[in-house]
Amino acid sequence: MPDFAWPTADDRSLIGKRISRLDSPDKVSGRAKYNYDYHSASGQMLFGKVLRSPYAKAKILSVDTTAAEKMPGVEAVEVVQKIGGTVQWAGDEIAAVAAIDEGTAEEAILAINVKYQQLPYLVSDAEPPAGSAEAPGPMGEDDVWDAIDNQVPERQFLEFLTEHGVSFHPGEDLLKEFKGDGASDAILDALRKAEYHEPSGSGTRSPYQKAAATTQGDPDKAFAEAGVVSEGLYGASVITHCCLESHGSTAEWPDKDHLFVHISTQNVSGVPSQMAEPLGVPAANIRVHQDHIGGGFGSKFSADRWDITAAKLSRKAGGRPVRIMLERDSELKVAGARPSAYARVKVAASRDGSITGWQSQSWGTGGPGGGGSPPIPYVFSIPNQRKEHTAIRNNIGPARAWRAPNHPQAAVITMGALDDLAAKLNMDPVDLWLKNMSLTGARQKVYEEEFGVASDLMGWKQKWRPRGQNVSGNIARGLGLSLHTWGGRGHASQCDLTIHPDSSVDIKIGTQDIGTGTRTTIAIVAAETLGLPIEAIKLYIGDTQYPPSGASGGSTTPGGVSSSTRRAAVEAREALFAKVAPALNATPEQLECKDKMVRVKGDSGGSLSWKEACSKIGAVAITARGKNPDKEHPPDLTNSGVGGVQMAEVEVDMETGIVKVKKMVAVQDCGLIIDLKTAESSCYGALVMGISYALFEEKVMDQATGTMLNANMEFYRLAGYNDIPELVVHMMTGKGYDERGVIGLGEPPVISPGAAISNAVANALGVRVSFLPLTPDRVLAALGQKAGA
Amino acid sequence: MPDEGNEPVEQQSRVSRRDFLKISGASAATVPLIGTKVVHAAGAPVKIHGPGKTPVTLAINGQKHTLQLEPRVTLLDAMRDRLAITGAKRVCDRAECGACSVLVDGKPVYSCSLLAIEVQGKAITTVESISNGDALHPIQQSFVDSDASQCGFCTPGFVVATKALLDEHPNPTPEQIRRGLSGNLCRCGTYHGIRHAIAQVAQKGA
Repeated sequence: MPDFAWPTADDRSLIGKRISRLDSPDKVSGRAKYNYDYHSASGQMLFGKVLRSPYAKAKILSVDTTAAEKMPGVEAVEVVQKIGGTVQWAGDEIAAVAAIDEGTAEEAILAINVKYQQLPYLVSDAEPPAGSAEAPGPMGEDDVWDAIDNQVPERQFLEFLTEHGVSFHPGEDLLKEFKGDGASDAILDALRKAEYHEPSGSGTRSPYQKAAATTQGDPDKAFAEAGVVSEGLYGASVITHCCLESHGSTAEWPDKDHLFVHISTQNVSGVPSQMAEPLGVPAANIRVHQDHIGGGFGSKFSADRWDITAAKLSRKAGGRPVRIMLERDSELKVAGARPSAYARVKVAASRDGSITGWQSQSWGTGGPGGGGSPPIPYVFSIPNQRKEHTAIRNNIGPARAWRAPNHPQAAVITMGALDDLAAKLNMDPVDLWLKNMSLTGARQKVYEEEFGVASDLMGWKQKWRPRGQNVSGNIARGLGLSLHTWGGRGHASQCDLTIHPDSSVDIKIGTQDIGTGTRTTIAIVAAETLGLPIEAIKLYIGDTQYPPSGASGGSTTPGGVSSSTRRAAVEAREALFAKVAPALNATPEQLECKDKMVRVKGDSGGSLSWKEACSKIGAVAITARGKNPDKEHPPDLTNSGVGGVQMAEVEVDMETGIVKVKKMVAVQDCGLIIDLKTAESSCYGALVMGISYALFEEKVMDQATGTMLNANMEFYRLAGYNDIPELVVHMMTGKGYDERGVIGLGEPPVISPGAAISNAVANALGVRVSFLPLTPDRVLAALGQKAGA
Repeated sequence: MPDEGNEPVEQQSRVSRRDFLKISGASAATVPLIGTKVVHAAGAPVKIHGPGKTPVTLAINGQKHTLQLEPRVTLLDAMRDRLAITGAKRVCDRAECGACSVLVDGKPVYSCSLLAIEVQGKAITTVESISNGDALHPIQQSFVDSDASQCGFCTPGFVVATKALLDEHPNPTPEQIRRGLSGNLCRCGTYHGIRHAIAQVAQKGA
C-alpha cells in the first residue's frame, strides 16, 4: 500500500513554511468576487427586499400584498409567514418582494399591509428570579413548531427529545409538514422514537428552563473543609457575528427544474439538501457556487429562510436571478448571535492553592431556543462539583454557533473564578494555574510548556504585581491569563486530483475558503506530495459539481481537506510512478517526486523532468479520489485536541473607565502546521476579535420595544486599527507536535482573550468587573462598588 | 470651527443647500428638459433632478460611463449594481466601516454616502485601478506579503485608505497612520498584518 503518512520534518519543502495565501492577490486588487458581487450573465438581476416584523412577539393576523403586487417594477411577491403563526423576534421575515431595483423593492415592501396582534415578550437575560425556573417537560406539537421555526440547533433539539420526550403522537402527515418547515430527517426520526409522556404543567411555559443539575464528588465536604473559598459573579453578554459580507444569496432557475445559487456559506456541499425539501426539487438539481465569502464565524452553515425566499421569488419571476443580501441592521438583528452566559461561582481550595471544589448557578440565553450551558468549570476537572444552569428562552432572535461555541463564555467564568481565588490566596495566578495542572488532563504537559513560553514572551515575572498595586495617577496596570482547549479533528472530505498528460495538475474539492487559507492549505499539500511548486496546482473549490467536503466549522477544515488531498495526491503519484518506472529502468517503489522531477531514490538513479514523466501517462489523465476519514488507507492524518495559553496586559483609566489593551501573547499548538503564515494570522485575528468582544461588543436589547438598539456599526462597535496593541503569537511546533497530524485552528485562539483581558482588568483595579464587554460604565460601577465596600 | 460643516457640502453638490432653499421658497415657472428641470429661483436658472431617472456621467478609473439613474442612487450602488465594478463593498451602507472607500479627486471617501449625481465631473478611482493590470501596486504586494487579509471583504477599503494615506504622507508618523486608518473596520482581525504592510511599504517607498 502506498505510504500516505505526512513527510517527516527533513523531507518537507513547503509544509510548515510561511507561505502567502494564494487568493491574496485577488483580494487586494478587488478582483475577488464574493456572493454579494455576483451578477448573473443569464438575465437582468432582480433585487429582493424582506418585510420584517417590528415586534418581538406577535401573531400574524393577515398579510395583504395586493398594492405591492400592482406596483410597476415589482416582479414577484412572496409571503413568508404562516397566517395565524407567531413571530418570535423583531426582524423576523414576514414577506418579500423582487423588483427591478432596490428602491422599487423597498417601496413595495412598505406597501404590504400586515395586521399583527402584539404579544408579551421577553428580551432580557438578567438573572432569573429565584424559584422561577421550571423543569422542562415533554414537547408538545406547538413546541416542535417553535423549535423548527426558531432554528434551534439540531443537536440541542435531539438531546431535548431524547431526554424529555413528547406529549403528542406525531403521525406521518404531521412529520411531513415538519419537514416542509425545515426539520431534518434526524429530527423526524427522533420524533418517531421519542417517548410519550402526559402533558405537564399549566400549558403556559416559563421562559426559564432548568437544565439538569449535576453533582460529582462531595462538594459539601470540599467546601466545609476548604482552607479558602472564593466567590464571584462572571459572564459574557450576547454578541453578534457581524459578518462584513451579510448573509444572503442570488438564486436563479436556468430552467424550471434546476436552481443555481450563489450563497454566502460555510457549507457549499451541504446547501442543496437544505434547500431541496422546501423548494420541492431534488438536491441533485440544485447547484451551489461560491468563490469567496466575506466572513461567517459559525453563522453561515445553513440556507436561511431568506435564501429559500429568494429562490421562490426567482421561480415566480420566470427564473430571473433574485438577489437577497441582508441589510446591515438585519444582519445584526437576525443573522446570528452568540449566547450569553453568566454564573455565580464558589471555588474551594486548600491554603496552598490546590483546587478542591466548584459550585455554580449559571444562566444565559440563546434566544427562543434557550441556548446550551457553558462547559464549566472549563479545562480544569475539579473533583467535587455542584452545577445548576437555567436557560432563558426569550425574544432577542436566534443564536448561532460563534467561533468555539460556549467556550469563550466558559473561559470567562472559570478563569475569572480561579483568578479571584489566586488573589484571595495572595498567589501569582501563574503559580495557581501550574499548581493545578494535574486537573487539566491529556494536555497537561503542553499547557506547562506553553506557560513557560507565554510567561517569557509577556515578561510576566518582571511585570506582575498583586492586585491594585500598579497604579500611577489615574492609570492602573494589570496582567491576566487564561487557557483553553478544542478538538479540531478533520471533517469528512473528498478530493479529486488529476495529473494530465500535458503535465498540468488540477484539484477539485467542494470545500470553501472562509478566510482561513483553505485554498493555500490544499495547494501546499498537493505540491509537497508531487514535488512541484505551488503555482503548478490548479485548484477548483466552492462548487457542488466537485466532490463533497464538510462544512467549515469547529476547526474541522484543515484536517479534512489536507487529509483528502494528501491521499488523492499520493494515489495519483503512485499511478504516475507505475507509468514512468519502465522508462527509468526501475520499479515504481524506487521512485520519488522532488524538485519538479520524478527520479530514482538515492544518488545514482536516473530522473525525468515532471513534464517528461507526465508524457508517459498516455491518452487518459490520471485521476485519484482521496477521502477523509479513510480507515482502509492508514494512517489517520488528522487528530484532535489542542491547548493554548494567553496573557494580556492592560491599562485602565480609572477616571473614564476606559480599558486599553497594551499587549497580548498567544501560545498555541495545533499539531502539524501546513502553512505557518496563515496559522499565525488565525491567532492574530483571534486576538483582535477577542479584544473586540472583551471591550466593545454587545447586542443591546431595548426592553421597551423589544428590538435591538445598536443594529449598526457605529454603536455595535468592533475593534478598530487603533484598539490593537502589540500582539505576540507563538506556535508550538517540532517534536511532540508535528507527528500528531493536522488539527484545526479556527476556534482555539479566540477562546481565551476575553478571560485573559478580564483578569488583567481585575489585577489592575483590584476589583472584578463581572461581565464582558468591559465597558467604561461597568468599570466605573465596579470601582464605585469597591470604594463603597 | 462651528461653521465649517456647511461650506464643503455646498461646493460638492450640484444643487446646494442654499439653492434648495431658494427653490423651495420660489413659486417660479418650471421649464421641462430631458431628464431634468430648470427652475428660476432668485432670478437665476437652477437645474433640478428627479425624482425620476436622469442621465448621470461618472468618470471611474479613467473611463466615462453614462447611466440613467434616480438621483437617490449612491455612487456605491451605481458602481456595483449598474456597472459591475464591485471592488468597493457594501457593508454598513452608512459611513461607518469604510469597506466602500474610493478616491474622488484623490481624496478617500465613503461611496455609500455620496450620491452618484454629486460626483459627476470628478475623477473616481476604485481599488481595481490601483493595480496596473495583473501587476500589483507596492501597497497591494505588501498586503499580500504581510497576510493583511483573511476573508478579504474589508481589504479593498483598507488598500484605498492606505493609498490615500501614503499619497498624502509618504513617510507617515504613527499618528498619521492612526488617523488614516481610523475610518475602516475589519471583522477577521487583520490589523496586525495591515500594520506590518504599511510599515513595509512606507519603508520601501510606495
